[in-house]
Amino acid sequence: MRIGVFVCHCGSNIAGTVDVAQVAERARQYPDVVYADDPMYTCAEPGQQAIEQAIHDYKLDGVVVASCTPRMHEPTFRRTVERAGLNPYMFEMANIREHVSWIGKDKEANTNKAAELVLMAVEKLRRNRPLSPKAFEVTKKVLIIGGGVAGTQAALDCADGGVPVILVEREATIGGKMAKLDKTFPTVDCSACILGPKIVDVSQHPLITLYAYSEVEDISGYVGNFTVKIRKKTPYVDWSKCTGCGACTEKCPSKKTPDAFNEFMGDTTAINIAFPQAIPKKAVINAPYCRKLTSGKCGICAKVCPTGAVDYELKDEYVTETVGAIVAATGYDLMDWSVYEQYGGGRYPDVITGLQYERLLNASGPTGGHVVRPSDGREPENVVFIQCVGSRDRSVGRPYCSSFCCMYTAKQAVLTKDHLPNSHSYIFYMDIRAAGKLYDEFTRRTMEEYGTHYIRGRVSAIYPDGEGRYVVMGADTLMGEPIEIKADLVVLAVGIQASAGAAKLAEKLRISYDAYGFFMESHVKLKPVETNTAGVFLAGVCQGPKDIPASVAQGSAAAAKVLGLFAKPQLESDPAIAHVDMRRCVDCGKCIRCCPFGAIEEVNMRGVNKAQVIETVCQGCGLCVATCPQGAIQLSHSTDNQILAEVNALCRF
Amino acid sequence: MKFAYYPGCSQEGSALDYGKSTGALCAALGIELAEIPGWSCCGSTPAHAVDTQLSAALCARNLDLAAKEGAEQVVTPCPSCLSNLRLAADRMKEPAFRKGVNELLDAPAAEDLPESTSVMQLIGRVYDADTLAARVKNPLTGIRLAAYYGCLMSRPADVMQFGDPENPTLMETLLSACGAEMVEFPLKTVCCGASFGIPERPLTARNSGRILELATRLGVDAIAVACPLCQMNLDLRQKQAEKAEDAFFHMPVLYFTQLMGLAMGIAPEHLGLDQLCVSAGPLLRKMEAASAKGTEAKGGKA
Repeated sequence: MRIGVFVCHCGSNIAGTVDVAQVAERARQYPDVVYADDPMYTCAEPGQQAIEQAIHDYKLDGVVVASCTPRMHEPTFRRTVERAGLNPYMFEMANIREHVSWIGKDKEANTNKAAELVLMAVEKLRRNRPLSPKAFEVTKKVLIIGGGVAGTQAALDCADGGVPVILVEREATIGGKMAKLDKTFPTVDCSACILGPKIVDVSQHPLITLYAYSEVEDISGYVGNFTVKIRKKTPYVDWSKCTGCGACTEKCPSKKTPDAFNEFMGDTTAINIAFPQAIPKKAVINAPYCRKLTSGKCGICAKVCPTGAVDYELKDEYVTETVGAIVAATGYDLMDWSVYEQYGGGRYPDVITGLQYERLLNASGPTGGHVVRPSDGREPENVVFIQCVGSRDRSVGRPYCSSFCCMYTAKQAVLTKDHLPNSHSYIFYMDIRAAGKLYDEFTRRTMEEYGTHYIRGRVSAIYPDGEGRYVVMGADTLMGEPIEIKADLVVLAVGIQASAGAAKLAEKLRISYDAYGFFMESHVKLKPVETNTAGVFLAGVCQGPKDIPASVAQGSAAAAKVLGLFAKPQLESDPAIAHVDMRRCVDCGKCIRCCPFGAIEEVNMRGVNKAQVIETVCQGCGLCVATCPQGAIQLSHSTDNQILAEVNALCRF
Repeated sequence: MKFAYYPGCSQEGSALDYGKSTGALCAALGIELAEIPGWSCCGSTPAHAVDTQLSAALCARNLDLAAKEGAEQVVTPCPSCLSNLRLAADRMKEPAFRKGVNELLDAPAAEDLPESTSVMQLIGRVYDADTLAARVKNPLTGIRLAAYYGCLMSRPADVMQFGDPENPTLMETLLSACGAEMVEFPLKTVCCGASFGIPERPLTARNSGRILELATRLGVDAIAVACPLCQMNLDLRQKQAEKAEDAFFHMPVLYFTQLMGLAMGIAPEHLGLDQLCVSAGPLLRKMEAASAKGTEAKGGKA
């Protein structure tokens, strides 16, 4: 075997604390090494050309590059050696940047360690075998989980690109949080007016299948061929018959049902259509509040329904779909702010959340767009807004910024002035984070043209003054003095958290999530829509706090990734995966139970059961190899022999 | 049930009535308090601000005395004492700190220092609301009360272990078991001005005034307190607060032990009610009237 070694300077990143020339010099003594060099930037074009040239000139069979992390550049160099005619798996990388130069300053010790890592790579490479990927077919259909604005955008973009879409929404209607908003910043245009046409397009698009009031139960398979089990929750109404006429909701006697769409600012009926522009516009029975379902007495909605759609006997249904890619767009929830006992812990009726205030401002909300106090229906005169309630607050476990509260609070202050010209608005803020296009201009206008009082400081307590108003005690940290404001209404800019059940879905999707439940992107900067599971993409706030423009942009980005994936006629599977030696396998089943990807199945081979790896599902993690008591499973590209060779290379002294 | 009792300095001076009522109430409830012989001041509010080790030495001495008596539990009425005792015991778990403290003491403190608790927590632990209600002889029916904990009773939260630091509810539980009507009192953990009554009198007057004003608006008959300093600021300094707020409160401020003592049928003179600056007379008369009415009503039925 003829091996070439390239020890990268990486500018001063590596050469600053490692004697790279000496590492190359020592590499020349290693077995089978016929060429070694220390280029300045191996990954740059001249560096890659030098590798190709050396492969030709020295008739190399394998290449070792000692540089940065394989996560960054292994695919790059595999392509390089492939261009020069080698099998891409006849390549090894030694990480002498993250593992050596960045963590130690002792040049001699670093140089020794780098040389040893190179020797390990050489010893492994000597036992490498050419591997070739298998091609497989792709189901060109996408599953989008979540019908908020990000999911809607992704669905429309995919469908417009010719890809059939399965859109699953947990609520009875799509539109998500955006459908609850009155106006959007910084243009103060009507939220429903810009979202409405989009969700109507979803319902009318021939390539989009919408499963509203449904949840993803189970996902199996792999990129190109996911099998998804969807549970259609029963609305107790046959949606194929329901016309959304609303006759049932008018006659329903159970009028004290909490109205989730209106953020519990009012009551609704047990059979209900969430809002006038709902898509699909179908009635749903809220079972715990339905008299017929709880006590068997009533049944009025069934009697008045002109199409006979109401059916109290309807059960959940299950459908199974096969898709090639998945976009998660599950959005967010508001954090439970009742932990803030200093703000009343949810006990004061006139201390409400920003989202509740949106419903008060909204013409189709519980008050018809009339801004009044929930306690007594009086128009408020002083409205106090408090920002960062559950954002940037380590004491409640939410150290992150929720990113859009500064802007929506400014918008709400503007709308308050529009609704009640004689009112005064006060905003307690920590910093104003208005970094988007036209955002800073908007907050300035809020202060200067709308006369909103911005007070920098936290609010320590809110308490009722015993006469129907509230005292808001805080600090003005710019003036350096305590401040008290008498408020009629207090609106909290409540921070956000990952959607309920996000962690469970992440496990079904086999993707990672961070400490707060937000889904992890594959690379913070360079792969913001991808996940570490091939074929699963992210859109919107499920990945981290975002406003509407950013969510829409990411929805489109996810769609672009799906279309790009489906543009290939066939996909290739990674050949560095596990293989079962059938002669050794005793069918104990340990590997099947330990595989986190469900990539091993039991097959019958001439009358005896054996384990077999499903090549397209296997991620090459090696858990089964470590588990197999017989040593019957080997991981291609990381066989026992290769690992032992690496260990021996290190332990020879 | 026998517990080591650490009164704290205030019970010897400004809060004689707290000490008196605590003793009477615990006796009535069958909780035996054995005063720690030779106890000294815990360092109160100034010591820990100046030198944590010296402050801990003062507390460790008292805890050590209790340990010598074989006590597993030290009980104190004063939240400031409780905070100091608990903090000291916590810090003594660290060997270097313990070494420093032991050098300040005549003899090294016991390895296992007893745990400390407040009188209120102790009663709440021994009696649940139902068993407590069963022992009430003279219910506080018709009396509206605001429970005021002060800033120290529930803070620091991890040391005091008093439920939510912004909204503790134990005092309400105990007093409503005694038959009183408890109002939702949002200022229950807001500071009364504490020891600023001496160097910054207007500040204390303003802070206490705010509390008294809200209580007046809520129409309560009295404020129930658990801290000697709070009681002093709200009761003894009530005239100053009235001046600062330009208002007239005349609001009785009673220790929760006095109120519970009344409910247990202990005579007012054994609860130190005569020590109050703002008379509890109207409150007592209201109770008498309610109990007379109750007897009448009972008589009527029979």
